[in-house]
Parts: sequence; structure tokens; C-alpha cells
Amino acid sequence: MTERPHIAVIGAGPAGLAATLAAARHGLRVTLIDAAPEAGGQFYRQPAAGLGARRPQALHHQWRSWQRLREGLDRHIATGHVHHLRDHHVWFVERRPEGFTVHALLGPEQERPVEVRAAAGVLLATGGYEKVLPFPGWTLPGVVTAGGAQAMLKGGLVLPGRTAVVAGTGPLLLPVAAGLAAAGARVAALVESADPRSFVRRFPALAARPAKLAEGAGYAARLVRHRVRTLVHHTVVEAHGDQRLEAVTVAALDAEGRVRPRTRRRIDCDTLAVGHGMLPHTDLALGIGCRVDGVAVHVDDEQRTDVPGVWAAGEATGIGGAVLALAEGHIAGRSAAARLSGAAPDPNGWAGAAGARAELRRFFATLDEAYAPPAHWAEQVTDDTVVCRCEEVTGGTIRRAVTELGAADVRTVKLLTRAGMGWCQGRVCGPAVAGLAGCPETAARRPFARPVPLGVLARAGRDDPEADPDGDPDPEAEADAVDVDVDVDHQ
Amino acid sequence: MNPLELARARPGPAFTVTFDGREMAALPGQTVAAALWAAGVMSWRSTRGEGRPRGVFCGIGVCFDCLVTVNDRPNQRACLVPLRPGDAIRTQESTGHDD
Repeated sequence: MTERPHIAVIGAGPAGLAATLAAARHGLRVTLIDAAPEAGGQFYRQPAAGLGARRPQALHHQWRSWQRLREGLDRHIATGHVHHLRDHHVWFVERRPEGFTVHALLGPEQERPVEVRAAAGVLLATGGYEKVLPFPGWTLPGVVTAGGAQAMLKGGLVLPGRTAVVAGTGPLLLPVAAGLAAAGARVAALVESADPRSFVRRFPALAARPAKLAEGAGYAARLVRHRVRTLVHHTVVEAHGDQRLEAVTVAALDAEGRVRPRTRRRIDCDTLAVGHGMLPHTDLALGIGCRVDGVAVHVDDEQRTDVPGVWAAGEATGIGGAVLALAEGHIAGRSAAARLSGAAPDPNGWAGAAGARAELRRFFATLDEAYAPPAHWAEQVTDDTVVCRCEEVTGGTIRRAVTELGAADVRTVKLLTRAGMGWCQGRVCGPAVAGLAGCPETAARRPFARPVPLGVLARAGRDDPEADPDGDPDPEAEADAVDVDVDVDHQ
Repeated sequence: MNPLELARARPGPAFTVTFDGREMAALPGQTVAAALWAAGVMSWRSTRGEGRPRGVFCGIGVCFDCLVTVNDRPNQRACLVPLRPGDAIRTQESTGHDD
């Protein structure tokens, strides 16, 4: 038997799993590299094994899809065609003459390096993370992202408090509110900033995916059953508390997306789960040199990026949910299997997935227009509101950089104020800083996808990357690594 | 109803860790953040600039808000690091390198 061509798939969420299964079935050897201890990504995040959950599906939908993916993965692992690397945090993908080298850090400590070498192809299924726009009080303990509340619930079987408000905008809020309520939290309100009229206007386009509408209706029915009050065209204007969250103030929005006077009301809560949509993880793609349009990795009909040998699928190529990610992952895996084996791909083989992809992309494009943060959200960001959570840079400081110091882009704001220079490297405050500076949202260029110890950086690519002449990794090195990210700024 | 009941969880035996010297129970598989939430603790870091309390924000390792000191190693993401029996969790003051 000839050696199977080798592809590295990065990310074991819906897109990465679908890609892995398709690629392995059609003749590739796959190294599936993922940061989590278990496959599934955020969407299919499983309770930790030690918790002994006998009914994990209570926290999920599309459970059967997950079971099929899980069984398929196990089968391919058993035949030796897929190697699943868990707890591997990829920080860089390097193009070398002999193929791609994937650089990762091992385990939650993220100090020991691992390299996956000589891959003929790379498939980026790096997923996305939640966007949250700032408002006074959003740094208080008890204010969490909607997806974060869900991740902690699915993975750790814990709730942040007893009484929750779920707020922001987007299709994620419904399942988060329903999940918190089912798990025993009192959901005092679901606060959605979108105008219901914008859905009515787009109904014909949305009705093209009746299954998706039914999914939404199902969540809505569950919220009614849990007596969750839903406030549409409302927004959270402030979170209150000293050492932790005690209440939020919500207000209605007018047709222009401004807070309507005299509509403020206070809701007592110890948890605010808030989100304003999702953003793609594009660091690895930008590191390889892939074209990124706006905030998403550019791909062709076969899910190929513009860098030969690199495919991308799922949220990294544009936010569209798990079903779209499955379709894109499947197509990417099929295309890679053919092309890395030296064959011309046959798109008829994935016509079903391509049809679903086209419909779902249209559906989510429409949904994305309907769901929207309040147009004038920045008016709620007072001068003393912290915008950059890491470096504690306030709205006033950022505004002064723009109005008094003449900063006209996010990079200049960053250099003048440190907004975006901290641990998270601007992943959280990026959209807000862009909004306050009046710039479009773009994907920030970061040399590495996560903090890397200096010792690891120095030894990367050597024949013995784990060998360390000085013994154990230096625990101080990790903190120093942040400064590397800051100084080597390629934006 | 609570999340463990909803998922019909039968966790392995709880074990003891400490948070700022106080004993606290944790379940096998729980991350530092999950065990602290289960114990009603919402913050375990005070910021470098203003000394403000922080805890979990993104819950998936992106935001680095939940940094905490575990077994004298600062800057661990509480939402990612699983607990082991006897682990000593400490509130992280500032950069965690001051004491």
C-alpha cells in the first residue's frame, strides 16, 4: 500500500470533524489537532469525563449529528488513518520546503512545544469566538459572554449564579437562555436589541430554511415554558455592582437604534450573559499568508484559501453555525483528499453539501442583517467605561486619542493608548476600539495565535524542539511572551 | 433542578483543593473556574491598574480575564486548567509576579 498523503486539520469542532472524516474516508492520513481535551469544539462541547454525565444530550441539540461524527472519528482512529492530538494549542503554521509544520503548545500549561511536521496540506477549522461591545459595568464579575455561560454549563455543569439576564443580539442568545433556564437558573429577562420588524421584512428569505426557523421557534417555546420575559428592541445600558454584579439597567431602543428616553428599568440579577455576535479566528490563516476579507478567511468553492495546500472551513471563513460548518468541512475534506492525491476533485460528489452551504450562507447573511447591535451603542460607552479589559483603557482615553491626538486607525489608537496590547491581544476590545475610532472592523494581524514562551520560540523548528539545555521550561518565560506579541507588531 | 441533575451526572468522588488557604470541594474533571463557580466564587484576580476584581468572561480561553495563580504559578487561565486533588488556588494580585 502506498503511503497516504498527510493533512493536518486544526480544530475538532463541527467543521474540523466533518473535514477529518471526509479526508480520511477519501484516502488521506489526518492529524487532527485540537486545543480541547475532547473533540467537539464549542458547539459539541461535552461535560468533562470525570463528571459522569449520563444524559449530556440534555444540554445539546443535534445530538445525533454529534454521535455520528464521534463514531466516525473513533472508526478512523482505529484504522490508523486519523491521529487525534488533544490539548494541543496551535500557535503557528509554518510553510517549509518539505511541507507544513504546525507548532503547538501542550496541555493547559502551554509551555511544552510539539511540532507536527511535513504535512502536505493544512485545513484550518479554527472556529470563532464571541464579540461583546462594552457598556458601563461590563467588567464586573458575574458579567460573562453568552457563549462563555454556555461553555461553562456544557463543560463543567455549573451556573454562574441564580438569576440571569441574557442580553445582546444574535441567534446564540435563545439557546443560551433556554439552557440556563433548563439547568435551574431563573432567567429574569432575554434582552435582544434587534428590531422585530427587521425580521418581518426579511421573512421570505428566512423562510427558505424552515428547519432553522423551527429551531428558533422551539427555543422560544421553551422560554415561554420557563416564563422568561423577552424584551425585543431593548439593550443593557449599564451593569451595577461593586465587587460583583447586582443588577442591570435595560432600556428600549428607537428606530435609529438610540436609547429611548424614560424607558430605563432596573432588573436585579447576579449574572449577565451578553454577546453581540461572533467573530472568526483568523490568526493562523493570516500567519500563513491567507487572504482575509473583512474579518473572515477567503475561500473558493472548494474551501481552498489562496495559499496552495491550505483549506479553511467553518466559522473561520464566516459565521454561519454548526450545520454550515459541517457542509464546509465536508467539502474541504473532499477537495483536499482529491488534490493532495494528485486527482481532479469531482464537485458532483459533494453536490448535497454544496447546496446546503449555498442556502445556509444566504440564510445567515440575512440573519446577520436582522440581528444587529444598537447602531449607536458607542453613546452608552461613557468616558470612564473600561473598553480594553486587559490594559484597563477607558472610552475617554480612546476618544482623546482620536479627537485630540489624531489617531485615525486601530493601530494608532493602540500605540497611543495600549488598547489591545494586553493578554488577549485585542481580541475582545478590537470591535469596540474600531467603533469608537470610526474605523471598519478588520482582522488584526498577530504574529502568533497565542502567547508563546520565549524558550519555545528560540527552539522552534530545530531537530529536537523539546530539548532544553537549561532543564525545565522557565515559568517566567510565559509572562515575557506577551511582550513578544506586543513588540513584533505586523498590523 | 441544577446542571448536574439535568445531565444526570454521577461524578467521581469529590476532592479537596484550597482557595486562598480555605478548603473547598471540587469534582473530578472540573476546571478551576467551574469549581470556583460551584463554590459561589465569582472573582479571583485583581487587575494591575485599578485593582478591580475579575473572573470568567469568555469561558473558552480567549480573553485571559480569568487568570489565576495555581500551585504558585501565576497567569493560568482558570477556564482551561483542570483541578487535581490538593491544588492550591490563589487570587492573583496584579501580574502575579509581585509576591
